[in-house]
Amino acid sequence: MSDPILSLNGLHTDIAQYHILQGVDLVVPRGQVTMLLGRNGVGKTTTLKSIMGQWAAKSGEIHYDGQDITRLSVSARARAGIGFVPEDMGIFRDLTVEENMVLGCTSGPLDPKRKDWLLSAFPALGTFWRSEAGNLSGGQKQMLSIARAMAEDRKLYLIDEPTKGLAPAIVSTMARALRELKAQGASILLVEQNFSVARALGDSAAVMDDGRVIWNGAMSELAENKDLQERLMGLSMEGALR
Amino acid sequence: MTLAPDHKPTFADLTLGERLGKAMPVLLVPILVVLGFIAIGVPSSWLTLTVSGLAMGMMIFIMASGLTLVFGLMDVINFGHGAFISVGAFVGVSVLIALGDWTGAASLLLNMSAISLAVLAAMAVTGALGWGFERVIVKPVYGAHLKQILVTVGGLIVIEQLIHVIWGPDEIFINRPEMLKGAVTFAGAAMEKYRLLAVGIGLVLFIAMRMVLRRTKIGLIVRAGVENGPMVEALGYRLRLVFIGVFVAGSALAGLGGVMWGLYQEVITAGMGEEMMVLVFIVAIIGGLGSVEGAFIGALLVGLLQNYVAFLEPKLALVSNIALMTAILMWRPQGMLPVVKAK
Amino acid sequence: MIIKLLSGDQPRSAILTGLLLVILVCLAGAPFIFDGVRPLDTAARICIFILLAASYDLLLGYGGIVSFAHTMFFGLGAYGVALASTHLGRGFDALLVGSLSGALAAVVLALLIGLFSLRVRAIFFAMITLAVASAVAVLVSQFSSLTGGEDGLTYKIPRVLTSANRVGEFMGTRITGKVLNYYLVFGASLVLFLLLLRIVNSPFGRVLQAIRENDFRAEAIGYRVIWYRTTATCLSAAVAALAGSLFAIWLRYVGPDTTLSFEIMLDILLMVVIGGMGTMYGAVIGATLFILAQTYLQNLMGGASEATASLPLVPDLLNPDRWLMWLGILFILSVYFFPTGIVGRLRERRAS
Repeated sequence: MSDPILSLNGLHTDIAQYHILQGVDLVVPRGQVTMLLGRNGVGKTTTLKSIMGQWAAKSGEIHYDGQDITRLSVSARARAGIGFVPEDMGIFRDLTVEENMVLGCTSGPLDPKRKDWLLSAFPALGTFWRSEAGNLSGGQKQMLSIARAMAEDRKLYLIDEPTKGLAPAIVSTMARALRELKAQGASILLVEQNFSVARALGDSAAVMDDGRVIWNGAMSELAENKDLQERLMGLSMEGALR
Repeated sequence: MTLAPDHKPTFADLTLGERLGKAMPVLLVPILVVLGFIAIGVPSSWLTLTVSGLAMGMMIFIMASGLTLVFGLMDVINFGHGAFISVGAFVGVSVLIALGDWTGAASLLLNMSAISLAVLAAMAVTGALGWGFERVIVKPVYGAHLKQILVTVGGLIVIEQLIHVIWGPDEIFINRPEMLKGAVTFAGAAMEKYRLLAVGIGLVLFIAMRMVLRRTKIGLIVRAGVENGPMVEALGYRLRLVFIGVFVAGSALAGLGGVMWGLYQEVITAGMGEEMMVLVFIVAIIGGLGSVEGAFIGALLVGLLQNYVAFLEPKLALVSNIALMTAILMWRPQGMLPVVKAK
Repeated sequence: MIIKLLSGDQPRSAILTGLLLVILVCLAGAPFIFDGVRPLDTAARICIFILLAASYDLLLGYGGIVSFAHTMFFGLGAYGVALASTHLGRGFDALLVGSLSGALAAVVLALLIGLFSLRVRAIFFAMITLAVASAVAVLVSQFSSLTGGEDGLTYKIPRVLTSANRVGEFMGTRITGKVLNYYLVFGASLVLFLLLLRIVNSPFGRVLQAIRENDFRAEAIGYRVIWYRTTATCLSAAVAALAGSLFAIWLRYVGPDTTLSFEIMLDILLMVVIGGMGTMYGAVIGATLFILAQTYLQNLMGGASEATASLPLVPDLLNPDRWLMWLGILFILSVYFFPTGIVGRLRERRAS
């Protein structure tokens, strides 16, 4: 296997006086979907924000696509090809869906072919193309946030809990879009609470607890080994599997 | 490609009250104009006052637009903004005095060329000054409102005093260019030519600003940045550069406003910017900090109300603005068109 | 006893203690130590501005709120005394009625402004106070039939407090009503300053500081942030108004320039920032240095300006009228490099 698209070595991040990340080691293989799992409050969102640079790492290294990005600014990381879908979606509510999408392209206008593809993946966005994004429903906003990150070709996508609180039909729309994205060669790091979604989408997985990654390996290994699940996440995923 | 059936359009129909609430700020200007008509009773006086109120409002808007955008983008409140108004006025008036032959000639072309040159010089100087001000005064105190207020007030004092050093301690009187003196009469109402010009320039600028903000990529970035700066950066834009650009443009506009205000008053002082800041703040607050449209409506309201009240009860003219601000803040504590921050 | 008077808030620096003692002794003995009218006038101004700056520090240093209406409150107190003395006739009752009504007006106005602007965000407060203060200044100069307009008001104060009242001699100095007047100013300033010190060291003062550090958390713990900030605004306004009343009693004159101008507002800001925000003693040091510099340094600048008359631009920069520019530069530099002011610096030296 080639070198990973992203690797974190001993990442420590503080938020105010709280020591949130306590030495995160993580490998995200190229061209795969990697699921970042764990209970609430173990530092998954902080890990994504640290990769993006929104929280400055206190120590440790972030290597992305062959370069050390630990000290780069947020916007420089984005321009290096990292797309970010934050937990709060970060939709510009006063702007139209179209304007949100246009802002997703930093290097030029929105490519018509890519637009067609995204609109076929997320048809609702086409319906409301010229409406203010603030008027969209929660699920539509989530789709817009993902589509906006995908508006131009990026190498790595950081996506924070895209299925939270969404209806199953929307979840399947989203899962399909992410598979198409992977098929185009992108790598994805996805925070997910829903284990069935994680198992269906993930190639590899990392489990966090108390500000550290406690397990990093193939998704299939985790999915088949209930003892491992129980040990890592404190409860069996059996219920969620159905 | 089947669309899941359960996320159909969810736009709730707005009730009449909600629609009215949304449109209300825009409706306030015509409402005030009509109320003015009723209170004044004499159509010709009313027309004269309305034109001068609009002219005044346009000039205040030009000065306020930069301040409100700067606040919206980076949460920076610049109490030194008034210094750019004064500097713009002094630079512009100096150019006009130097071009005395052009302004004295009875030629609209020469007159307007002189004004254009004065405005360009004023905007260039205040824009450059704004750039320096941002680097030296504002940049070290990002994110700290208390220090921002203190330091920018310090900057205001120093620049005002430097005006005294360069241009001397006295006020400077200035005559309007030949063709802009006097008034035109329409329907029995005398309307000063210069005020009509000011209304025209203000309208053109407002429309241009709206076009830039609505139709260009940079405008999109600015609007998105006002709403959620961190997300704009996470998409890959250098918000700081955008901010410096807006700061410089806002300073240049303040300089333009200063030239226009100087020609309106026909006298300039180093303290004029400081005095204008009161109106600029009122306009920015009642419009909703960060909102250009809000500042526009607010400026027109302030200009019109002040002119109407000055006619009806001269001593209450300035207090009328405070009353307006109080009324609007009681109605909407965040201003008429508040910018909703993402967090 | 002394510690109790200071509400347990000691200077915590030997140099600072020394400076404060020197200032206290000089002010307490001013009529006997210094000769002539001007030093006494300077001493009285120092007393009043210490009080004014200290009341502003309650807001700025302890509350973290920037107000531009402090001179307005100062002016309300001054005009209260002036108007009462003009209309009720000379007498102590007029002084009392004037001071109290001035302070009451200041509290009411502060309450209104506070409830209005602090409700939304603290930054509104700075902008709105600026607007309101300038409107009041314009009103005062416009309603000249009542306020004397730009010319201000001159009035009579009780004869006991004027130099026409000769009391006798003490330690080789002739005691006149003017000296008694000075001690009224000095005593009232001292008492009110100690009261402010008590306020900032009370539980109320501590909550105020907690809000300054993190208003969000203070609110979450259950403190009504608006209530605390508005109360601080009202207290500060009341003390500023009383300082204004003392100023009016001392000067026997009020005018917009001496009580309401934006320039005085800047002076107060400078005193507090340079002395040290949030320390109360900073107000003492800042106001004393500032008034002394204002009184004596401007002469020095005049001399320097003449001495450099042959150079280009330099004499203009050193012109005594450009005094404010140098203060502005000093102000910016102190906010950047000495955010804790002189007092903070002295205390750090001791700590290290």
